[in-house]
Amino acid sequence: MSTPTSSAFDLDAFGRRHIGTSPSDHGLMLAELGYDSLDALMAAAVPTSIRMGEVLNSAIPAAATEREALAELAALAEQNTVRTSMIGLGYYGTVTPSVIQRNVLENPSWYTAYTPYQPEISQGRLEALINFQTMVTDLTGLDTANASMLDEGTAVVEGMLLARRASKSTSNRFIVDADALPQTLALLESRAEAVGIELVVADLVEETDVAAFGEHFGIFVQYPGASGRVWNPASVIAASKAQGGLAVVAADLLALALITSPGELGADVAVGTSQRFGVPMGFGGPHAGYMAVRTGLERQLPGRLVGVSKDAVGAPAYRLTLQAREQHIRREKATSNICTAQVLLAVMASMYAVYHGPRGIRHIAGSTAAKATALAEVLTGYGLTLAHDAYFDTIRVHVPGLAGNIVERARALGVNVWEAGDATVHVAVDETTTAEELSLVAQAFGLPERTEVAIETATLPAVASGELRRTSGYLEHPVFNTHHSETQMMRYLKTLADRDYALDRGMIPLGSCTMKLNAATEMQSVTWPEFANLHPFAPEADVVGTLGLIEQLETWLAEVTGYDTVSLQPNAGSQGELAGLLAIRGYHLANGDTERTVCLIPSSAHGTNAASAVLAGMRVVVVATDELGNVDLGDLRVKIAEHAESLAALMITYPSTHGVYEHEVKDITQAVHDAGGQVYVDGANLNALLGFARFGDFGGDVSHLNLHKTFCIPHGGGGPGVGPVAAKAHLAPYLPGHPMAQRADHSGGVTHDGGPVSAAPYGSPSILPISWAYVRMMGSEGLKQATASAVLAANFVASRLREHFPVLYTGENGLVAHECILDLRPLTAATGVTVDDVAKRLVDYGFHAPTMSFPVAGTLMVEPTESEDLAELERFIEAMVAIKAEADAVAAGEWPVDDNPLVNAPHTAESVIAGEWTHAYTREQAVYPVHSLVRGKYWVPVRRIDQAFGDRNLVCACPPVEAFA
Amino acid sequence: MTDTTALHYTEEHEWIALDGDIATIGITDYAADKLGDVVFVELPAAGTTVTEGTVVGEIESTKSVGELFAPVSGEVVEANQAVVDSPELVNSDPFGEGWLIKVNASSLPKFLSHAEYRALVGE
Repeated sequence: MSTPTSSAFDLDAFGRRHIGTSPSDHGLMLAELGYDSLDALMAAAVPTSIRMGEVLNSAIPAAATEREALAELAALAEQNTVRTSMIGLGYYGTVTPSVIQRNVLENPSWYTAYTPYQPEISQGRLEALINFQTMVTDLTGLDTANASMLDEGTAVVEGMLLARRASKSTSNRFIVDADALPQTLALLESRAEAVGIELVVADLVEETDVAAFGEHFGIFVQYPGASGRVWNPASVIAASKAQGGLAVVAADLLALALITSPGELGADVAVGTSQRFGVPMGFGGPHAGYMAVRTGLERQLPGRLVGVSKDAVGAPAYRLTLQAREQHIRREKATSNICTAQVLLAVMASMYAVYHGPRGIRHIAGSTAAKATALAEVLTGYGLTLAHDAYFDTIRVHVPGLAGNIVERARALGVNVWEAGDATVHVAVDETTTAEELSLVAQAFGLPERTEVAIETATLPAVASGELRRTSGYLEHPVFNTHHSETQMMRYLKTLADRDYALDRGMIPLGSCTMKLNAATEMQSVTWPEFANLHPFAPEADVVGTLGLIEQLETWLAEVTGYDTVSLQPNAGSQGELAGLLAIRGYHLANGDTERTVCLIPSSAHGTNAASAVLAGMRVVVVATDELGNVDLGDLRVKIAEHAESLAALMITYPSTHGVYEHEVKDITQAVHDAGGQVYVDGANLNALLGFARFGDFGGDVSHLNLHKTFCIPHGGGGPGVGPVAAKAHLAPYLPGHPMAQRADHSGGVTHDGGPVSAAPYGSPSILPISWAYVRMMGSEGLKQATASAVLAANFVASRLREHFPVLYTGENGLVAHECILDLRPLTAATGVTVDDVAKRLVDYGFHAPTMSFPVAGTLMVEPTESEDLAELERFIEAMVAIKAEADAVAAGEWPVDDNPLVNAPHTAESVIAGEWTHAYTREQAVYPVHSLVRGKYWVPVRRIDQAFGDRNLVCACPPVEAFA
Repeated sequence: MTDTTALHYTEEHEWIALDGDIATIGITDYAADKLGDVVFVELPAAGTTVTEGTVVGEIESTKSVGELFAPVSGEVVEANQAVVDSPELVNSDPFGEGWLIKVNASSLPKFLSHAEYRALVGE
């Protein structure tokens, strides 16, 4: 090699741990491609017109070692002050059982898995998610729950949108409980405005005259209320429904262990969060929100839904069901733009219910209510009055003129309570609250030091014995009544994890998903109490360390994308898109351009783009793509001319969804700007650009990034995600703000004043140290080497497989970007072997399939990422070549079209040992097609799953145990 | 067996069997095959007035969604409950038991003939 080796590969550099291929591997791979250096390859691949220059005064420090990065994180953590939180408002202290923390949250078998789109190799987490759905339907008293929502606030918004879709009323009016969580109210206001919904916020009580609101399509009730109030909304719900509305109830899952479920009160939809089921507050997230609906509304559910089907031999098997609702199929007509959910957190919450069981959950709920009662009695005994006498875990104390004072006194004693106006102090207790802490709160209210607060758990608290006491059962399925010893729980988690294929087994070459390494050092600080145990509305002084980390990360992300400011609030790429489009909308409105509502989207775009545009109040107009998969510049000009006065934005993905560096991108962005439109660049494929080109430099006004793709946050089996939105300065005022944000300022010295898109001001801060650590340990040079190594790996795979499968799109010099599309259509035409057959056969070879039929039907899109080493790339190439040979054997008539290793894939152990072997191929060919599998076999637990059966026979709760007999 | 050569067709891959003013409407075998396994069918209720060329229903498979366009204007006199209960009929017998709706047509546009339709789908 003529060029010196990059410092990213120094012996003590993290770069050589993150990047799987070494400089000497690069030499071999480059030789295959005919280039003599990575620089030469990138010079040929990335168009000169968009190459970035040197960044002067870079804010990104030189790469730290793993040890140094952890020390810096510890220093940041030390700047936080973890006080006992009694703020509540949707975020509570909770005890994460250690067996769940160690075996789920800190276990790569769970956190490095992808969304379970390949159900045969995802049976473990699909079972965990169907447990989650069962837990939610049981507790809410409704019929079908999804898995899962991004947080409670956005779940309420989705509930509102569902009500509008499903209601027969033509009204645009939605009635909102004034006792809703404040962050929920803020979200409803900003989201309703964009889609033309009129909100009527009203104090709701049992006697409310609902008819006086006039016609409305739905009503929203917080249960218990934000104030802690427990009341019976049944008559209000009934009255709203009688005039054609749907009732959406946000309910606290723990409270539901004691009080009547929303379903029994007449609700059509229940939403909320599962945070307090063992998931740390994390300064706001991530946590799994939930949504459940009554029968008849299943097809209106947003997001992912797990169902039961059967496999090729009739055995029960789980899969994602009713996918045709989702945005990747239905685009702008989808039920929602949500794709990434909160799988890892939903798994944790479901396991909390599995571990505690119905008696344990009821005990936790009962003792929580008892603590609130104990504090209330001490305070009222002292002569104070409460806002409500019926409460579960939250009381509001009337203290005219003294609220600020009391909050400060509590703070000095180590407890954060909430000032709900200058006459009201709000105190929320939880599973972790101790009698000593309650005594400190009493002291803050003026009672003598060490006043005893006796928690009475022997008798039922009032809330559990009154009119609304719960009489129906829950969590009765055996799964919630079996795994209560730690040994049993550990084994259950291991059993499920063993059924799944995650990055801890091998490569997951999913195009457009960037399944790179989630390094252990990056993950390390997620569970540190200084990051994990902060309430999202804690005072600024308590969270200085995390705010500092956020500001650094914002600055770094702005620098690498060429933008001026970044908001980390969006909880997923879809929410980042929405935030970016809402910013564009806000900008046009502020300029008086009220007519600018058309969003141009190329036909090759990810379906989420279109779904997000609709939710931002825009109208989607599709732009054609040419035969190379690029935006058709001619058609773009026609569409721009057609909508000149109404053009709001163009959304493009760069490199394109076809994995190609388009050369005309600057002409494209210029044409949009000339017409007064804004350019949204989807950052899904940023892993092909980082360090070589920047969206902001070639005409982007705003982008979202996926920290769970490019910046190493693990996919968690389908979430969490973080989808920051990055923008030029002129859009900054319209980026998501938040009424409870600790600081108004963001990187670049600007404020973000738009409406919120997440329940918490900074989205999911507890996982931001992952991306922070990645950038800190790679430095600018390491990030650049990662990009080049990813592009090299994709081109190496493309080059080696090209003679077996056509590579569908390439840019100049015949190169792809960071992913390549293998065209299987000629193979299918010649042999009858389908994309499905190849994908499932890859399981037999020990691989997760590449992305199937996106962006082109009948193809596989392969993205190896920079993290795979050369041996693993070779193993994948070997498998693909062998599969092609198998297909050729079918074509040659060696194996029948309906009985060959491809059409019968995947093969379970049972399938090759049970009964007489009558197939045209051997058992060895079935399960050990290459010799290395003999010692390293991943055994798939089920045969190919019948997709249609599951959609036609919808079952979304735990099947009876006998089903598996 | 339905004589498919006697049916009328549209470019939206629908077939129409005329019996006086009553048009029985379904989707073609070609469309059913392209959709894949049909899992859900949403049809307009009897009594609904439909307008030619507008979307009046949906045919959903495991991987895509097809829209049902009204090929004629008129009043729906019957929706096929059997196909709502067993959507797979659209795949197994698209020209027979998999019919979708019957419309009392107020006027008839120009349809494609069997030969013209087969030419359209390249068969």
